[in-house]
Amino acid sequence: MAQTKVKRKTETAAGDDTTPEQRRDLLRSMLLQRRFEERVAEAYALGRIGGFCHLYIGQEAVGAGAMAALREDDYIITTYRDHGQAIARGVAPRAIMAELFGRSDGCSRGKGGSMHLFDRSLNFLGGHGIVGGHVPLAAGIGFAIKYRGGDQVCLCFMGESVVNTGAFHEALNMASLWKLPVVFLIENNRYGMGTALERASSIHDIYMRAASYDMPRAYVDGQDVLAVRASTLEAVRRARTESIPTLLEVRTYRFMGHSMSDAVSGTYRTKAELEEYMKRDPIMVLRMRMQEAGEIDDAGMTRLDEELKAIVQDAWDFAEASPEPPLESLYEDVLVETTT
Amino acid sequence: MAVVTYRDALNQALREEMQRDDRVFLMGEEVGVYQGAYKVSKGLLQEFGEMRVVDTPITELGFAGIGVGAAMVGLRPVIEFMTWNFALLAIDQVVNSAAKLHYMSGGQFNIPIVFRGPNGAALQLSAQHSQAFESWLAHVPGLKVVSPGTPHDAKGLLKSAVRDDNPVIFFEGEMLYNTKGEVPDEEYLIPIGKADQKREGEHCTIVTYGKSVLLAMPAADQLAREGIRVDVIDLRTVRPMDVDAITASVRKTNRAVVLEEGWEVAGIGAQVVDYIQRDCFDDLDAPVVRVHQADVPMPYAKNLERAAKPDVAKTIAAVKKVMYLE
Repeated sequence: MAQTKVKRKTETAAGDDTTPEQRRDLLRSMLLQRRFEERVAEAYALGRIGGFCHLYIGQEAVGAGAMAALREDDYIITTYRDHGQAIARGVAPRAIMAELFGRSDGCSRGKGGSMHLFDRSLNFLGGHGIVGGHVPLAAGIGFAIKYRGGDQVCLCFMGESVVNTGAFHEALNMASLWKLPVVFLIENNRYGMGTALERASSIHDIYMRAASYDMPRAYVDGQDVLAVRASTLEAVRRARTESIPTLLEVRTYRFMGHSMSDAVSGTYRTKAELEEYMKRDPIMVLRMRMQEAGEIDDAGMTRLDEELKAIVQDAWDFAEASPEPPLESLYEDVLVETTT
Repeated sequence: MAVVTYRDALNQALREEMQRDDRVFLMGEEVGVYQGAYKVSKGLLQEFGEMRVVDTPITELGFAGIGVGAAMVGLRPVIEFMTWNFALLAIDQVVNSAAKLHYMSGGQFNIPIVFRGPNGAALQLSAQHSQAFESWLAHVPGLKVVSPGTPHDAKGLLKSAVRDDNPVIFFEGEMLYNTKGEVPDEEYLIPIGKADQKREGEHCTIVTYGKSVLLAMPAADQLAREGIRVDVIDLRTVRPMDVDAITASVRKTNRAVVLEEGWEVAGIGAQVVDYIQRDCFDDLDAPVVRVHQADVPMPYAKNLERAAKPDVAKTIAAVKKVMYLE
């Protein structure tokens, strides 16, 4: 396949064509994700949220940048670390928080929880809980698009651990074989739970996994939202106009533990390493660029922050006021009534 | 009414449903160019083209997931497993994706998909190719599990399965494909979840389904010659199970044998017995007896395989046991 392109370098913001308004939207999306997740951590500590809960703090540029490359009718499917992406896609913070609180106004009516956020109206096809399990689903969504002759794209988020599963390889093989319009986006946050990439994968430039399938591939700095957006746009264009899938490795870092139940550092990574990565906070990276360009100042940043904190507080209040799912809903939605 | 094979009945069902609804497509190993490993899909590629009759690599986990993804956004896939033995590689997609997405999305996404293929033992295929998986999948809420034993039931149930808006597990049988039976010329559907009384009698009930119907019927014939008349209840669907059909029969006969192809422990028969003890405790004149595969992986040697499988003689012996005749 002649179109195969290998980008050998991180191209910081290469191809960036954002307007100041778009940059402001990206900043807003990332900061909303950050403030939301901070309150989620608080609610978890208070026992308002249960189960497994995986925060997105540190990775906000990935969700914000990638979503900005999509159309309204495109599809998104993702993993259990899904809060930030849901926010970036536009799922209402109220509905997300209510879901985390296990309430009836949640975006999955309290049936899914943190790992299973869904919003059909936004083509947000869910958080999926089995590592690798949703990657074939993404290929199936791409298959359906092609079957119907549409020009939508399916964007599939996954963590870097996925590349060691069979599901990933089976899906990539068929996506490339059948030319399905899917962007496989790896959020490489360096650790699969507590296992470093280098201890889990025989090759460390994991975007190269796509070479086995003759699939276009690239990697990009995941702390630079403009670079993420530009790279995703290129992959989305290839999927939409040529029906060729891409494997895009987005190199990021999570500033929190794997889930709410493990230490942020000290066991599998050092505090020094964490602090080094935190110097490239994706929100700071964009803020500095915008400040240098005169697009935002400290006062503007404070105003934005206050506005977003209020949105998150409103989401919390809404979630707390939302009723628990009625007990009769226990047996609802196991099967759907067949109407055809 | 034409007499057709089980294989052709399935082929007719697929063809009719694909003609009726262009969202329906067939995907699996060797379904297209090869015309189906067991020729169930014969001629479909020629009629519907390669977008709707899709040959896959040997990659069960992958194409089962592709089916679920396509179903999530509105297509109606029929996923063929060359045999259900290979579907173990795909069970994550069947159980964790297909069965649960409707529930865990709060009802936003339903998965109209059929997973189908031959199940259970054929002849001397030994341990890894001779397994009956009904109880594995019937365990899971969110799935419907169908196992027809005749061409008539196979066609009517497959058409219903394709039209169902939920994931349907459809168990066929390698040993069933060549069996023949009458199939109506006009279109018909058989509802999922409805048992069929295949034989009427008052002395004992045999509850069975799928391939084991072919053991229950000759057993019933032979018993009739000895003056023992049995009800044969063919469940046809094991989830949801037609409990009323079972209990109505047992209340009449007061005795029951449960016949299945799979293993004993946590088998479908165990569930049937539970329904009987719950609803017919005071009606029973004898403990229920089960007939099933021996509790071993399937052996290769002819004599051992025969000894491991349920058969007509074992079924007759079980009926006589619950009737205290020997």
